[in-house]
Amino acid sequence: MDFGLTEEQRMIVETTRAFVEEELYPHEQRVERTGVLPLELIREIQAKAIAAGLYAANMPVEVGGAGLDTLSWLLYEKELGRANYALHWTCVARPSNILLAGNAEQRERYLMPCIRGETWDCLAMTEPGAGSDLRGMKASARAEGGDWVLNGTKHFISHADLAGFAIVFMATGEEETPRGPKKLITAFFVDKGTPGFTVREGYRNVSHRGYTNSVLEFDDCRVPAENVLGEVHKGFEVANSWLGATRLQVASTCLGRAERALALAVAYAAERKQFGQQIGKFQGVSFKLADMALELKAAELLTREAAWKYDQGTVTDGDMAMAKLKATEVLAMVADEAIQIHGGMGLMDELPLERIWRDARVERIWEGTSEIQRHIISRELLRAVGG
Amino acid sequence: MKVLVPVKRVIDYNVKVRVKADGSGVDLANVKMSMNPFDEIAVEEAIRLKEKGVATEVVVVSIGVKQAQETLRNALAMGADRAILIEATDNVHVDIEPLAVAKLLAAVVKEEAPGVVLCGKQAIDNDMNATGQMLAALLGWSQATFASEIAIEGDKARVTREVDGGLQTISVKLPSIITVDLRLNEPRYASLPNIMKAKAKPLATKTPADYGVDISPRLSVVKTVEPAGRKAGVKVGSVDELIRKLKDEAGVI
Ligand SMILES: Cc1cc2nc3c(=O)[nH]c(=O)nc-3n(C[C@H](O)[C@H](O)[C@H](O)COP(=O)(O)OP(=O)(O)OC[C@H]3O[C@@H](n4cnc5c(N)ncnc54)[C@H](O)[C@@H]3O)c2cc1C
Ligand SMILES: Cc1cc2nc3c(=O)[nH]c(=O)nc-3n(C[C@H](O)[C@H](O)[C@H](O)COP(=O)(O)OP(=O)(O)OC[C@H]3O[C@@H](n4cnc5c(N)ncnc54)[C@H](O)[C@@H]3O)c2cc1C
Repeated sequence: MDFGLTEEQRMIVETTRAFVEEELYPHEQRVERTGVLPLELIREIQAKAIAAGLYAANMPVEVGGAGLDTLSWLLYEKELGRANYALHWTCVARPSNILLAGNAEQRERYLMPCIRGETWDCLAMTEPGAGSDLRGMKASARAEGGDWVLNGTKHFISHADLAGFAIVFMATGEEETPRGPKKLITAFFVDKGTPGFTVREGYRNVSHRGYTNSVLEFDDCRVPAENVLGEVHKGFEVANSWLGATRLQVASTCLGRAERALALAVAYAAERKQFGQQIGKFQGVSFKLADMALELKAAELLTREAAWKYDQGTVTDGDMAMAKLKATEVLAMVADEAIQIHGGMGLMDELPLERIWRDARVERIWEGTSEIQRHIISRELLRAVGG
Repeated sequence: MKVLVPVKRVIDYNVKVRVKADGSGVDLANVKMSMNPFDEIAVEEAIRLKEKGVATEVVVVSIGVKQAQETLRNALAMGADRAILIEATDNVHVDIEPLAVAKLLAAVVKEEAPGVVLCGKQAIDNDMNATGQMLAALLGWSQATFASEIAIEGDKARVTREVDGGLQTISVKLPSIITVDLRLNEPRYASLPNIMKAKAKPLATKTPADYGVDISPRLSVVKTVEPAGRKAGVKVGSVDELIRKLKDEAGVI
């Protein structure tokens, strides 16, 4: 097994890192302090990201992306993940892969404007009453005169305020299964401005300042049948086949931030003197550094292995769950210890550590909580023995 | 018109340089290496000339260890068309001297017949600032050094040079050797699509023997030492004391 990076991968890392350090870092503090990412700043950085071919690079070549293999894509995600989330997610957007599931006309209408940086997508599954148990959703759509009529509420929907449209998952029926009735789910494109569709300001969130979440309300919102993404009643099937790797994306962005925090901690430990010597010479500090590096490497290897398997077509849900679980938990640990090593300074917003620490919190919740990842891993173990 | 750009693999400008224990040079084992920043500016300028329709092809050449291939791929990913690697040593600590590099480049120039050679004004590792000038002398071509602006006008190049105390604009007849300075341009990021395309671009590997050039060293490094650390500052008690110290101790007023 080859653990080295190819020449292209090395260059992808270098270019993306240089962009992140030069074009995103300088704006971080302003976004963190104000909680706002102004549109003119988005446009300015977006133009540079498009020129550098970094914008929407997750996409295949035929639609204007970079056509990266999974590992290369995740290396790019890792570098972007170093920066403030709102900045990298908005200004160097990676449109959701699920947009590739659209038919030719839907790709033209929804995917292409996202790739060109004209708008953003958002994805709405979660509801106040349905989080981990998405199938329990209450929001529904009924067929009526060739259209669909949508009703219900979604919440925690990321960057729905910026997005030009939403991909919304709605219950469209129920089927009987041996384990009881099961809801059938369908995915719809809903354009902003469609009557009966309202986007309300969401909650203020401890993580990822400047990156908003919204509440989406559907009140007899009528959309034509051509707005169905994939097949009717097959919404989760579409999601599963196109969104599988988003957990690896979460893992990678966490690795980037953890690496940044570790580098700051190492530099500080080598420089800061107390009791007449570098604090890195005290085992109380140096062993922390060793554990941080060790855990980070373990998380990175899990992620890389899952990426490699993804391209081999042999990845399992459990592999991706392990990578997501480990990387998000390691980030929390590394961020916390990096602050500890910095003493009081670690808490101050002159350094990016306090926010890396805050930002780490959401990563163990979204894209499947840590408990749900453990559930996936253990289910795979038990199923193998008929459990 | 073809543009030839020599690029050198050097210790990355962000790396904290360490002198080897025996003083024979700088420790280059396991340190990050990158394209010489001035060469990056030269590559950028060559690509801009191509985008303006002035240049038809950008050829990059590197002389050194086989790892310089990475440097060449970076130049290809920025937008150069083709690369030549002259493997002159397999020891990362061996620096090929400017005269040997200039002789090899002269041989490449004879084969490639470029209209312009764009060099970095110097490499940031040894700061020799000699290769471009030597190359011009060996070829008997015109030279314009420290360029901060370049305009190709027919069979001439108008070059603005950064000289002590100001700017000087000269006109040189082509073909010419132009060495570039910091303020000429801001090199672009290698774009991701171009990075992916770079692998398919041709990279020829040669040796000094292919060009019949003797690269044996003529210089010897006697000793390499770290620059003296800066002495800690002193606090002065009053303006009068400051003035006295500036006058008597520093001798600046
Ligand atoms: C900032 C932010 C942005 C988001 N963006 C989006 C978005 O763009 N689109 C979208 O659709 N959603 C989004 N979400 C929703 C996110 O995916 C959910 O928060 C997540 O799936 C968890 O659901 P929940 O918050 O309802 O928690 P719950 O599911 O109610 O979980 C509560 C607790 O119970 C535990 N639990 C639940 N079930 C089990 C079980 N079977 N075994 C053990 N423990 C269990 C959980 O692990 C958790 O600890 C976002 C969330 C946040 C915080
Ligand atoms: C919000 C806030 C309010 C404060 N208010 C006050 C105040 O009102 N008055 C006041 O005087 N101070 C105040 N402080 C300062 C506070 O007491 C110091 O931050 C604390 O003592 C740690 O010192 P330091 O931040 O300089 O970290 P350092 O002492 O530099 O420590 C850096 C790291 O090195 C470790 N370390 C240091 N020495 C050793 C050793 N020998 N062995 C192992 N590890 C070691 C530390 O545990 C830490 O992890 C405040 C700090 C904060 C953050």
